[in-house]
Amino acid sequence: MTTPVWVQLVYLLCAVCFILALKGLSGPRTARSGNLIGAAAAVVGCTVPFFYLDLDHVALILGAIAIGTAGGLVGARRVQMTQMPQMVALFNGVGGGAAALVALLELQHLGDDAGWFELAATAFTIVVGSISFSGSVITFLKLQELMTSRPVIFPGLPVVFGGALLAAVALSVVTVTAPAVGVGVILTLLGLLIGVLLVLPVGGADVPIVISLLNAFTGLTVAAGGYVLGNTLLLVAGTLVGASGTFLTKLMAAAMGRSVANILFGALKGGSTLGAGEISDRPVKSAGAEDVAILLGYASKVIIVPGYGLAVAQAQHTLRELVDVLGERGIHVDYAIHPVAGRMPGHMNVLLAEAQVPYEQLKEMDDINGEFKQTDVVLVVGANDVVNPAAKTTPGAPIYGMPILNADEAQQVIFMKRSMRPGFAGIENELLFDPRTTLLFGDAKDSLGKLLSAVKSL
Amino acid sequence: MSEPIVWLTVFVLSVFVGIEVISKVSSTLHTPLMSGANAIHGIILLGAIIVTGAADSTLPLVVGLVAVVLATVNMVGGFVVTDRMLQMFTRKKKPVAAASGEGAGQ
Repeated sequence: MTTPVWVQLVYLLCAVCFILALKGLSGPRTARSGNLIGAAAAVVGCTVPFFYLDLDHVALILGAIAIGTAGGLVGARRVQMTQMPQMVALFNGVGGGAAALVALLELQHLGDDAGWFELAATAFTIVVGSISFSGSVITFLKLQELMTSRPVIFPGLPVVFGGALLAAVALSVVTVTAPAVGVGVILTLLGLLIGVLLVLPVGGADVPIVISLLNAFTGLTVAAGGYVLGNTLLLVAGTLVGASGTFLTKLMAAAMGRSVANILFGALKGGSTLGAGEISDRPVKSAGAEDVAILLGYASKVIIVPGYGLAVAQAQHTLRELVDVLGERGIHVDYAIHPVAGRMPGHMNVLLAEAQVPYEQLKEMDDINGEFKQTDVVLVVGANDVVNPAAKTTPGAPIYGMPILNADEAQQVIFMKRSMRPGFAGIENELLFDPRTTLLFGDAKDSLGKLLSAVKSL
Repeated sequence: MSEPIVWLTVFVLSVFVGIEVISKVSSTLHTPLMSGANAIHGIILLGAIIVTGAADSTLPLVVGLVAVVLATVNMVGGFVVTDRMLQMFTRKKKPVAAASGEGAGQ
């Protein structure tokens, strides 16, 4: 059956809207309208088949859409901003699962006249969609801390992983030569297994990169599904997401000074992505909130380096209050945002925006790194690796080569930490032992609260 | 041009558009961008609707309906959560406290 011309034109319009949506999402001013354009195009695209196809089970389909809408709305509305990365992972995973199921159903319809390329695309969609589903579930469990966020490896993992991959390739070939739904089901199970094995060895800090990668995977499965169904909109939309997702994954990995391969397979090579995680007993200088308040209150230029610890403690609102009070005292305060601050690139901006920190005070790394030399006090709140000079000085360190914020160039550095535990990368931070560094131990929210009242009473 | 070549052409051009269109994104927006792209591939709902509407027995129908639910969660949840994130960026009318803090800080 050929698709009517008007349907093709609507699909084209939707595809253009998706391009505009991605374009819009790349700029702060246009991001929100870009997202809305994408949403409108998606809704229009999905209503089209009801008008030109003689669909059965329309009531059931509409019921399923209602259930899905309710589930999506509740999830999206209820989620805390700090839990955003795992929510995105979950949404991505269910999309991949849906693509795999669609391909599985289509396999049943593809007869002997189906071309080999169509069958190969079907097998691809089934396997990669399943990988995306199970992989995303594991990333969700890791980030939600329902399982350990450390790399999980067991002897023979590379063998099982390689075996599963080979079996998937072999069964894909079988699907191309003699398509059968039974083989498709086995491919689904293999895909699920590969997804789990792919994400298990990845350490917690690197999981966001994997979310982005799986996002790209799902995009490609949707594109392949579009080819199988003969639907241009699915092909274009899926390819757009696949390509931009892959590129975004590379950007994120580059911001961490790592390669994607190193993130995925680093733990398997024996060189763990996490260091020893031992607590050092070297002497450090610690102080109380009052002393720190004096340092801050009589400075003229302060830079705040926020990290994930701030978000975990839900202290971003207290921090903003502190900055407001410092601002009233005539102190110039900026926030230095490392590209991978938080759990994902840009995550920290979302968290601070939630606390109504003005966008203009958020400075990106490249813009602010030159200003640390003229800064009196740097306040590091719940961050560690992003100011660790080892990234520049210690070639063997896991974070070596990662661009960092030059907090070590400031006159004074204050670290707000819960303990001397190393950051996600699991390596010691020399800056903690520097004579110019003062530590303020405690939960970020408590400490900031004490600091706030101490600065107010100066 | 034969049909597969047309598809291949669309695919390859889409790859370039996909990369080009986001190549200048600032790292500030990586998370909303990833989330928005994630919502866009929820368009697989379109495929799920088509195959479910063609289901001819109970098992494919059930599998299809599951796919429709999952795809809808992806699409609706994705766009709503992205909008929630972006709402925070575009809130230009700042509350009094934040505005005064910023004014003094400049």
